[in-house]
Amino acid sequence: MFEVSELSKHFGGVAAVDNVSFSVDKGEIFSIMGPNGAGKTTVLNLISRFYDVDVGTIRFAGQDITRVSPHEIASIGIARTFQNIELFERETVLQNLLIAHYIHRQTNVLSDFLFLPHVRRQEVKFRKEAEDIIDLLHLQRYREQRIHALPFGVRKLVELARALCLKPKLLLLDEPSSGLNPEETEDLSFWIEDINKDLGITILMVEHDMNLIGHLSNRVLALSSGRSIALGTPIEVKDHPDVIRAYLGT
Amino acid sequence: MRFVLKTDYHHDVDIFRDRVQLGWYAALIIFVLSLPIFWGTYLESQLTLVFLWSIAGAGLMILVGYTGLISLGHAAFLSVGAYTHAIFLDLGVPPFTSIPLAMLLCSALGVIVSIAALRMTGIYLAIATLAFAMIVEKILKNWSSVTGGNTGFKVASPELFGWELNSTLYYYVCLLVLMVVMLCVTNLLRAPTGRTFLAVRDSEISAQATGINLIKTKTLAFAVSAALTGLAGALLAHQMHYLFPDSFNLFTSIKLLMLVIIGGLGSMWGVIFGAIFMTLLPDLIATLREWLPDFIGNLPGLEPFTFGLILILFLIFEPQGISGRWQKIRLFIGQFPLYRKRTFRRQKSFLRTERVH
Repeated sequence: MFEVSELSKHFGGVAAVDNVSFSVDKGEIFSIMGPNGAGKTTVLNLISRFYDVDVGTIRFAGQDITRVSPHEIASIGIARTFQNIELFERETVLQNLLIAHYIHRQTNVLSDFLFLPHVRRQEVKFRKEAEDIIDLLHLQRYREQRIHALPFGVRKLVELARALCLKPKLLLLDEPSSGLNPEETEDLSFWIEDINKDLGITILMVEHDMNLIGHLSNRVLALSSGRSIALGTPIEVKDHPDVIRAYLGT
Repeated sequence: MRFVLKTDYHHDVDIFRDRVQLGWYAALIIFVLSLPIFWGTYLESQLTLVFLWSIAGAGLMILVGYTGLISLGHAAFLSVGAYTHAIFLDLGVPPFTSIPLAMLLCSALGVIVSIAALRMTGIYLAIATLAFAMIVEKILKNWSSVTGGNTGFKVASPELFGWELNSTLYYYVCLLVLMVVMLCVTNLLRAPTGRTFLAVRDSEISAQATGINLIKTKTLAFAVSAALTGLAGALLAHQMHYLFPDSFNLFTSIKLLMLVIIGGLGSMWGVIFGAIFMTLLPDLIATLREWLPDFIGNLPGLEPFTFGLILILFLIFEPQGISGRWQKIRLFIGQFPLYRKRTFRRQKSFLRTERVH
């Protein structure tokens, strides 16, 4: 379903990602792990097209997406979250979720100006769909609050909710557990499982927490200094000698 | 404090929160409609100015307050709107055609300016728009065969279906146009298109990740903003009777920008508050001059000085502008005596993603 082949990205003389290939099957939870600076986030940024790919191709659902614009990625069916949270800070939670419905709109600027009946119908539909996501992630009590007043853990959830509003086929999660306490991390793992099983969304995540990876992932790719060093089930990868060397040194 | 029980998603889509709020707005409109009966012609013309500045402010608010792009060149759209309308009227084009033409020309210019805006933010954008305004002023000055150059251009008096409008009727026309503009902008902001403006203002990275085309959104914001400011310019032309190339200069642009900042960025009510404030302030200063001792009262720079001082005070003490202060007062009354100062304090925000910039 999703395939990255021979992907490379250089920043000056540094090879952030060096000849990385992997593929994600439909319905899978695929994790990318690795020590700091291994190039995990760069891979996500290449996929969501914030960075230009130097060498290699990215294919999604039979389509080459290596050169599409960043804003087209969402309509193609790929949503993402950010490690340090990128929300629309001055808006309410609800408004954040409604913004993410933009790609599903059937109206144009002129009808929006006049707020014709079908714009209203569409707004009510969007509102209802946003409420379904709010229900799923238990965000009811934060619905009308502005993002800058919310604690970090809730913001992470809102970001996840916003990504779900895009109704993606593939969800990219950039360190979903960073900044969360153990209890929040556990809740998160259940939600990720629900999203994967109930909504049928394929998940590609970058993660540090080995427990979370072991609990959720079908397969894991380990990166070190931009190169892929191991690919397999969580247990295989965890015990791989190269992975242990990358984390602990020789 | 009133609580509204929402039982239907339509409640979240509606403009008015409930019947009580609708009632207040209706009362306000009736009040404004009845004002010319009680007030003299001076206040009537001042209020007409408030309406026109509100329309121009609504245009700038879309750009500065909602899309997060700055412009120091909006006076150019005012003058292009005014000149285009006046020239077309002079050629015998009816106002119902000449005003849309003026708006169309302004939005076309807005699209041209936005080409520069796509690559710039902050101070660089301010300088680029300023340069644009200078160019427009020079063109108006030197293209004297069409604009009359420095000798000015006489504006035909306002007419509607062959009837000449006196100042009271013109007051109603401007009020009607303002109400339509406010309705349209509010509509835009509660629909998907308007939300893209907010998205671009708050986080360009996220906006792209949610499928929003930055180029399209910024261009649209400039076009809509320029069209509304051009509309205000066209209507202002009648109030000014004679147009000169420097009728709308850098100071006008700064005044417009002050209007939206002092009114309160990101609020349509802020536009109206700001317009009232900016129209009445010169009167207030004139009154103050009489009261102050001569050596201060006769200073020529008193007006720009006061404008600047007030802007600085607002930026330091009330960055949310008059509309932000108004919200706080309303909450204070609504929650009395439980109001806490902390409610509006902004929490320190966490690191934003630096890795994708």
